[in-house]
Amino acid sequence: MKRIVYINDESCQDLYCDNRVSNRKYTLLNFLPKNLWEQFRRFMNQYFLLIACLQLWSLITPVNPASTWGPLIIIFAVSATKEAWDDYNRYLSDKQANEKEVWVVKNGVRKHIQAQDICVGNVVWLRENDEVPCDLVLIGTSEPQGTCYVETAALDGETDLKTRVIPPTCVGLDSEQLHRIKGVIECPNPDKDIRRFVANMRLFPPFIDNDICPLTINNTLLQSCYLRNTEWACGVAVYTGNETKLGMSRGIPEPKLTAMDAMIDKLTGAIFLFQIVVVVVLGFAGNVWKDTEARKQWYVKYPEEGPWYELLVIPLRFELLCSIMIPISIKVSLDLMKSLYAKFIDWDEDMFDAETKTPAHAANTAISEDLGQVEYILTDKTGTLTENRMIFKRCCINGIFFGNESGDALEDVELLNAVANNIPHVIRFLTVMTLCNTVIPIKSKSGAISYKAQSQDEDALVKAAAQLHMVLIGKNGNIIVEVFAEINFNGSILQYEVLDILEFTSDRKRMSMVVKDCQTGKIFLLSKGADEAIFPCSNSGQQIRTFMDAVEQYAQLGLRTLCLGWRELKEDEYIEWSHMFKEASSTLVDREWRLAEVCQRLEHDLEILGVTAIEDRLQDGVPETIEILRKAGINFWMLTGDKQSTAIQIALLCNFISSEPKGQLLFINGKTEDEVARSLERVLLTMRITTSEPKELAFVVDGWALEIILKQYKEAFTELAILSRTAICCRVTPSQKAQLVELLKSCDYRTLAIGDGGNDVRMIQQADIGVGISGREGLQAARAADYSIGKFRFLKRLILVHGRYSYNRTAFLSQYSFYKSLLICFIQIIFSFLSGISGTSLFNSVSLMAYNVFYTSIPVLTVVLDKDLSERTVMQHPQILIYCQAGRLLNPSTFAGWFGRSVYHAIVVFLITIHAYADEKSEMEELSMVALSGCIWLQAFVVTLEMNSFTILQILAIWGNFVAFYVINFIVSSIPSAGMYTIMFRLCTQPSYWITMVLIVALGMGPVLALRYFRYTYRPSAINILQQAERSRGPIYSLGMLESQLKSVEKDVASLSINQPKSRSSVYEPLLSDSPTATRRSIGPSAFDFFQSMPSRISSSYMRNCKDN
Amino acid sequence: MNSKAGSTFGSDGATDSSAARRNSKKPKYSKFTQQELPACKPLLTPGIVISTFALIGIIFIPIGLASLSASEHVVELVDRYDADCVPQHLRDDKLAFIQNSQTNKTCTRRLIVPKQMSSPIQVYYQLDNFYQNHRRYVKSRSDKQLKSKSSERETKTCEPEGTTGDGLAIVPCGLIAWSLFNDTYSFSANSKSLQVNKKDIAWQSDKKHKFGSDVYPKNFQSGGLIGGASLNASIPLSEQEDLIVWMRTAALPTFRKLYGRIEVDLEANEEITVVIQNNYNTYSFGGKKKLVLSTTSWIGGKNNFLGVAYLTVGGLCLFLAMGFILLYVFKPRTLGDPSYLSWNRNAAGYSN
Repeated sequence: MKRIVYINDESCQDLYCDNRVSNRKYTLLNFLPKNLWEQFRRFMNQYFLLIACLQLWSLITPVNPASTWGPLIIIFAVSATKEAWDDYNRYLSDKQANEKEVWVVKNGVRKHIQAQDICVGNVVWLRENDEVPCDLVLIGTSEPQGTCYVETAALDGETDLKTRVIPPTCVGLDSEQLHRIKGVIECPNPDKDIRRFVANMRLFPPFIDNDICPLTINNTLLQSCYLRNTEWACGVAVYTGNETKLGMSRGIPEPKLTAMDAMIDKLTGAIFLFQIVVVVVLGFAGNVWKDTEARKQWYVKYPEEGPWYELLVIPLRFELLCSIMIPISIKVSLDLMKSLYAKFIDWDEDMFDAETKTPAHAANTAISEDLGQVEYILTDKTGTLTENRMIFKRCCINGIFFGNESGDALEDVELLNAVANNIPHVIRFLTVMTLCNTVIPIKSKSGAISYKAQSQDEDALVKAAAQLHMVLIGKNGNIIVEVFAEINFNGSILQYEVLDILEFTSDRKRMSMVVKDCQTGKIFLLSKGADEAIFPCSNSGQQIRTFMDAVEQYAQLGLRTLCLGWRELKEDEYIEWSHMFKEASSTLVDREWRLAEVCQRLEHDLEILGVTAIEDRLQDGVPETIEILRKAGINFWMLTGDKQSTAIQIALLCNFISSEPKGQLLFINGKTEDEVARSLERVLLTMRITTSEPKELAFVVDGWALEIILKQYKEAFTELAILSRTAICCRVTPSQKAQLVELLKSCDYRTLAIGDGGNDVRMIQQADIGVGISGREGLQAARAADYSIGKFRFLKRLILVHGRYSYNRTAFLSQYSFYKSLLICFIQIIFSFLSGISGTSLFNSVSLMAYNVFYTSIPVLTVVLDKDLSERTVMQHPQILIYCQAGRLLNPSTFAGWFGRSVYHAIVVFLITIHAYADEKSEMEELSMVALSGCIWLQAFVVTLEMNSFTILQILAIWGNFVAFYVINFIVSSIPSAGMYTIMFRLCTQPSYWITMVLIVALGMGPVLALRYFRYTYRPSAINILQQAERSRGPIYSLGMLESQLKSVEKDVASLSINQPKSRSSVYEPLLSDSPTATRRSIGPSAFDFFQSMPSRISSSYMRNCKDN
Repeated sequence: MNSKAGSTFGSDGATDSSAARRNSKKPKYSKFTQQELPACKPLLTPGIVISTFALIGIIFIPIGLASLSASEHVVELVDRYDADCVPQHLRDDKLAFIQNSQTNKTCTRRLIVPKQMSSPIQVYYQLDNFYQNHRRYVKSRSDKQLKSKSSERETKTCEPEGTTGDGLAIVPCGLIAWSLFNDTYSFSANSKSLQVNKKDIAWQSDKKHKFGSDVYPKNFQSGGLIGGASLNASIPLSEQEDLIVWMRTAALPTFRKLYGRIEVDLEANEEITVVIQNNYNTYSFGGKKKLVLSTTSWIGGKNNFLGVAYLTVGGLCLFLAMGFILLYVFKPRTLGDPSYLSWNRNAAGYSN
C-alpha cells in the first residue's frame, strides 16, 4: 500500500510508469473495433444492424438493402468521426504536454529531457511560470526561506496563489547539493485527493541526519500547477503520468440520462412490441393466405414443397417492412438538437455575467430537456445565494456592541475612538483579527499591500483591521518553522514570531495560532472560530452571556459570526505541548485526528475577546429568482454548512420561506436519537394535517439530526420530503448533501443541485442536473457541473427559458419522428392486405430512404427555433412550467394521440390514393408516388400546424423541403434505370394528381384543425391561453418596468432590514410573525402576478396529482 | 472578430463592439444565437379557422361538381364475360374447360352502347382478384434483360421462370411476362367490323427506354407449362405493346389494362358484337374478366370518387364552419382570458 521513492536513484526507476500522459480512448489500430463495439452497445444500433443484415437476404427483403445500410453507415460514420476528432484533439494536447522540455537531473548533471521521460525519483527543476509536469515533492527553491508560490487554478480552479514550503530537512541545501541529493520518500499509493498528501522523507548521509521528516500537501507541487513569483524550484517526482493526483481524478463521468430519454426509450420499446405483434399477426395471416389462396394463383407459381424455413419467410419480410416503425433518424436528430440547445445556452447573452465576464456554459450537452423538468432544487447558501463577498460589518468587543447604529462598525465613531485611545481589549481584539489567519500579505513595488487569502472571512477581517489602523504588513519565513509577522499599528511596527499554526478543519471549526511577542517575549495563543467551537473553551470565570447574545443577534441579521479569544501561555507549558504537536504532525496514521486531539489540549481557558459579524450579501435577483421558480412549482431545499439561525435568516430574505401566518417553520432537532425521532414524528404529523391548508410549511433540520435520521428514520423522512416543498438543512457535510440528493432521486423526483464550492461537488455530481456557479470559491463546482453560470439569478432563465424550450422541442421532435415513420409503415401494412399479404413494399427503396432521411427529417429540425410562448410570457407566468415538469407534452397519452393521427393519416392517404387511382390508373409506380406525395403534403401541413412560431428559417425549411421533394423526384424521374422513370412528369401533368393531393390534405388536416381549434378555444390549456393572450393583445404589462421597480423596492427593504435591528427583535423565533420581509412579500406577488391573483400555492399533494395525470 | 460581429448585426454600434473586444468570452450577438429571429406567430382565432373551413368548402364544392360532371360525361360500357363465355355444359368445371387446349374458346357477346361515345374509345380488359402486386410476381422480371440484348442471361431475378429446363435463358423472362394476358377481342358494329388500333397503347418512355428494340423473344412459352400468350419471335420487345402494357404491373388486385382504341364514334343504342377468344385462366382463383369500353375526360376515366369526395369534404367543411359560427355566437369565449388559467382559478376546480 506504500510507494517507496528513492531520490535520484537510476537503478530502480522501472517500478512505476513513466510520465507519459494519455487521455486517449483509442489508438490507430483499435479505433475501428473499439468504436464499433461501443456504438453497438446501444440497443437501437443493434436493432438496426440486425435489420440491415436481414435485408441482405434477397428472398425476404422488400426493398434494396441500401435503404437501411445507407443511413446506418451515415449514422455510424458521423458518430465515429466525432469520436475520432475528439480523440485526435486529445492526442494532440497529450503530445504537446508529453514532449515539453523539462530540466531533470540525470547522473548528477542537469539535462533537458522531454516531459514524458521523467521517472519517479527524478529531481525536476522548474523556473518561474513553468507548468509542473508531474507530482513533485518540493526540495529546494530560490527563496532563502524555502517557500514558493503556485497557482493551482488548473487543479481546483482557485485563482489565488498558494504557498508551498520545502520540508525542514531540506532547508539550506544549495543547488549543488540538490543535484547530488539522495534519500527516500515513503508515500501512499496514488490517489486523487488533491488536498491530502501524507508521507515521510528521509535523506541519506551526508545530508544532515537521517531523521524522518513528515510531508504534507504543503510540500508538494502537483501536476498542472504553475510556479509563480519564484525564480526556481526543484522537486522529486513521486507520481508520474496517469498516476498523478490530477491523472487519477480524471475520469469519464457516467453519462446522465434525461427523463425524456427514458420516456423515448420506453416508447421505442412499446413500438417494438407493437411491431412484433404486427409481424406475428401478419406473418401468420400471410402464411395462411399463401396456403389457401396463393396456391390457386397459378401465375405466382408457388412450389408445392418449400424449403424448411418457408414458414419464416413471410414473417421476416414483414419484420423488414415494419422495421421503419422505429425511426433510424431519431437518435441523430435528437443529438443534433441537443447540441444546439447547449449552444444556445453558451451563446445566451442574457446569461453572461458582465461582472466576472463569464458566459454560461453547458458542459453536458445531452440533458437540456431535464432542466425543464426539474422538481427540486437543492441549493448551497454561501456563494450561491449570497455573493460570497465578505464585508466586516459589526463587532462586539468585551460586551460593547459596535456598528449597531450605523450598520458599519468601521464607521462607528466609538470604535474609532476606542482604537485611538488604545483600549487594551480593543487592541487585543484587533491583534487577533490581524494575526490569527493564514493570509499572505504581498507587497507590490509601489508599496501597497494586497492580501492573498484562501478564506473570504479571513480576508474581510484582515482588511477591516487594516482600516482600523492595524495593518498586517508582512509575513516572512517558513510557515512551519518560524514566521515573523509584522504589524503596523498607528505607525509603530509590532513584530510577532509565529510559533505554531493549529489549522482550521471543518471538524474543529476553529483555528488557533501560537505567537511570541518579539518585544516582550510573551507567548500567546490566539483563537478564532465558530461560537460553539470557541465558547466551550472559554475561561470558566468569564461571563460569556453577552457574547452569546451578540452571536444570536448577528445571526438574526443574517451575518456570519466568528468568535475571537486568546490566552497567555507559560513558556514551559508551550514547550511541553510543542513536542507533542511535532510528534503528532509526523505520524502517518490518523494524523488529522491526532493533531486535533493535541490542539484540543492547548485550546482551553480562553479569554473571549469578542465577536465579529461579517455580512455576506445576497446576490442580485436572488429573491425574485426563487419566487419565480417556486411559482413554477419547483421545490427548494437549502443545504448549507452554516448555522441554523443564519440559514433561516437568509432563507427569509430570499423568499425561500414565508413568515407567519402564511408560512410556518417546523424544527427537527434533538441531541439523542429519541429526541430526534419524536421531533421528526411531530413535524410529520403537522405536515400531514396542514397539507390541505394553503400554508407554506418548511422544515429545518441540522446536520446532527440528519445524521441520525438518514441512518434510522429514512422512511419517515422520505415521506416528509414528499410532503414538504421547502426545507432548510444546516450544518450539513458534503456527503450529507449528496445523500439528500440521492434521497430525493429515489422518490423519483428530478433534482437540480446548485452550488459554487468544492463542498458542493458531490451533490452536483449526484443530482440529475448539476449547476455550478463559477464564483469566488474557485471553479471546482463549475467544473464538475453539467451547467455553469455566473450568477444564481441566471438559473431562472436556464430553467424557464432554455429548459422549457428544450423540453417542448424535443417532445415534438421525438413524437413527430415516430409519427412519420408509423405513417409510412401503416400505409405499407394496409397495402399488404391488397397484395396478398405477401410483403410487397408499396414504395421503392429510394423513396423510403429519402422519406426517412431527408423529406421528413430536415424540416422538423427547425423546431429548434420554435417558441410556443415568448420568453417574457414564460417569466410572467412561471406556472406554465408545470407542463414540462409533469411531462404533459411527452407521455404515453400524447404519444397515443400521435399514434392515432398516424393511423388516421395512413388510412386517408391510402384510401384516397387507391380510389382516385383505381382501375386503369392503378399502375404500381404511379400509385406509390401518389401515396408518397400525399404523405409529403401532409407532413408539410402537420409540421406547420404543430409549430408555434415561424421564423424565416422554418418557413424555408418546410416549404423548401416541399419544393425539394418535387425537384429531387423530377431528377430521379429522368433517369431511365431509377425505377420511377418519367413517373413524376406524368403525374404532374394530370389534373387528378393535384386534385388528389388537395383532397388528402383537406381530409387529413381538416379534422385535426377542427379538433385543435375546438380544444384551443373551448378547452384551452394554459399554454393556449397564454398564447392567445400574448398574441392577440400584445404584451399586457411591460414587465421590464415592473421588474426594475420591484428591484428597487427590494433593495430598500434589504438595506432597511440590515440597518434597523430594533424593529426586528419581534421578528425572530419559529413563529415568524410581523417580519419586515412580510411586507416585501406582499409587494412582490402583487407586482409580479399581474392578474391580481394570490401567489401560487400548489400544495405538494396537488403537485403529485398533476404528475400522475 | 467580435467587433465585426457586433457591427454586422449592429445592435448598439460602437459601444457594443468595443465592449465585445475587451472581452472575448462574451457570447457573440446575433439574432440567431439569441433565439430572437423575428417570427410570425399565427393564432387559431375563430375568424381564421372559420374562414379557412368556409373557404375550403367554397372551393371544394365547385371542384367536386366539375369532377363529377366530367366523370358523368364519360360513357363506360362494362361487360363481364368470364362466366358467360364458358359453355353451359362445362360450367361445372370451368378449370378443365380453360385448361383444355382443344375446346373452342370463341365467345360472342352483344353490347348495347348506352350513350353516344365519341372517339377515341378506349378498350380495356379488367381483371379482378388478380394479384399482380404479389411479392413473388412483382419481382419476377429482369429489366436489364428487357433493355438490352447483351444482358440476355441476366435472369437471376426471374425465378422461377428464368430459364427453360435446358438452362437456356428465356426472353422475356419472369412470371409477369410468362403470364401475359391472352384473351383477344374483335369488334363489329352493324355487321361492319370495327378497327381496334393497338398502336401506342404503351407508354412512349417504356417503348423507348425500357424495352430494347434489338431484343427479340426467345424460348418464350416453350416450357412444359404454358402461362399466357406467346409472342411473335420476329418482333422486337419494344414493339410488343401488349407485353409492355402488361408488364406495367398494377398496384391493386382489380385493374384495367389498355387493349386498344376504337377510333370511330359509336352512337347510342348501337349494338356492338364482340368476338372474344376466352383463353386466359382466371377460373382457378375465381377472378373476373371484364371488357370495358370507355371514353375519357380531363380527369381520366369514369371515376366518381374524386367528385363525391370533394362534395362531401366541401359540405363537411361548410357544416363545420357553420357549427363553429354557431358555437361562437352562442358560446362566445374571450381568447386569452387569464381568468381561465388554472392558477388563477380556484385550485379545486383544476382538472385536466
